[in-house]
Amino acid sequence: MNIRTFISFFLMGLILVAVQIFLLKNLALFGVALCFLYLLIILSLPVSIGHIPLILLSFGIGLFIDMFYDTMGIHAASATFIGFIRPYWLKVISPTGGYDDSNEPTLKEMGMGWYFTYAIPMIFFFSLIFFSIDQWGTGGFFGVLNKSFFSSTLTFLLAILVQLLFFKKRRGI
Amino acid sequence: MLRILQFLYSLRSFLLFVLLEVVAVWMIVSNNSPQGAAFFNSSTALTGSVLKTQSDVVDFFTLAEANKELTEQNAALLEKLTRINPPVDSVTFELDSAFEASFKFKSARVISQTLRFAQNHITINKGEKDGIKPGMGIFNQDGVVGRVKTVSKNYSVGISLLNTGLLISSKIKSNDVFGSVNWDGKNPDEAKLLYVPRHVKASVGDTIITSGFNSIFPSGIQIGTIKEINPGKEQNYLDILIALSADFSRINYVYLVENTQIGELDSLYQQAEIRNEY
Repeated sequence: MNIRTFISFFLMGLILVAVQIFLLKNLALFGVALCFLYLLIILSLPVSIGHIPLILLSFGIGLFIDMFYDTMGIHAASATFIGFIRPYWLKVISPTGGYDDSNEPTLKEMGMGWYFTYAIPMIFFFSLIFFSIDQWGTGGFFGVLNKSFFSSTLTFLLAILVQLLFFKKRRGI
Repeated sequence: MLRILQFLYSLRSFLLFVLLEVVAVWMIVSNNSPQGAAFFNSSTALTGSVLKTQSDVVDFFTLAEANKELTEQNAALLEKLTRINPPVDSVTFELDSAFEASFKFKSARVISQTLRFAQNHITINKGEKDGIKPGMGIFNQDGVVGRVKTVSKNYSVGISLLNTGLLISSKIKSNDVFGSVNWDGKNPDEAKLLYVPRHVKASVGDTIITSGFNSIFPSGIQIGTIKEINPGKEQNYLDILIALSADFSRINYVYLVENTQIGELDSLYQQAEIRNEY
């Protein structure tokens, strides 16, 4: 990763976190669909990033979001999980011929079909863990599933939209 | 030994993952006890100032509405005041200490809050510096909002009434039957009134107010009205659903109430070996 992509990633991360904190925090479509757009940072880090930095980064981002949400630890726990399974999931769905070192798992580079299989399960598992921890002890597995389903749908749609509008091909942002 | 180390090294990312998850779960648990002190939350200097700036901008657009609410409440208070003011009399009584006001009120602005989780919190723009203490009650003109949990220098974080961990001692206004209001984590407009015995005659539309028994809120602050009454699943209690009177989706300005005698009460309870359950 050269300095240029690093800076563009850093800026993208900053913008996404700011959007998450200022706009999406108060958004709950129909009371069930929350949006975790900041997952896009973890999802679109380059394929070549090491496993340990990835986990640490996910934890850090989750913790930072937690501070603003007052949901101490919930975002961190779910984001860490996403960071942990990402390399395994990438290996499972690797395209024929594998990845290039410079590959970034984004919509524009990998195509719509691949991105579907990549992002939807990750976002869904994130939401599932998030709402399971959040609703712990209040019963209602159905409520958790309901919220997870709509939240991951909304997050995925917004993630697609953001990438179509703002991500350039072969550049960070 | 080397083998073990090599084995552990090959598992390093998994071990790191487990470690971080344990840290996260530990934070969740320690943050969720209503009395527990939390280290990172929205009352820290960085998050507090960021949230305050955001709320400054947003509030600018709701100023008119906030003003209207405040003037309405002023009017209501003035009306009450004229009713209370005693007529001038030749005899004056010194009030007994039992009637002494033991509550202090403060006002503050909400700079951030959540609605859609099972454990919701609110952040307000006053802290230790302004005399806010953990345990103070929070309410607004419509009804009870929550309770202060942690305090930093300039900001404090409260547990919202929309938090499954908060119980508020309350009573039905019409017949003075006591119960506890607790949110069930589902709809931000509704909560449950617990521990009302089956023989009680309550009817839909009755007002629920604070009982004044938990020494956080003075008695008589509105919480909501009864929406539905069902014979509960448990044998002894009614299952009462109440509509909350505070509209949590648009809370701007709140009042904080402090019981100045809470220290004395607490030590009294301790002497009598009563555990004071808020």
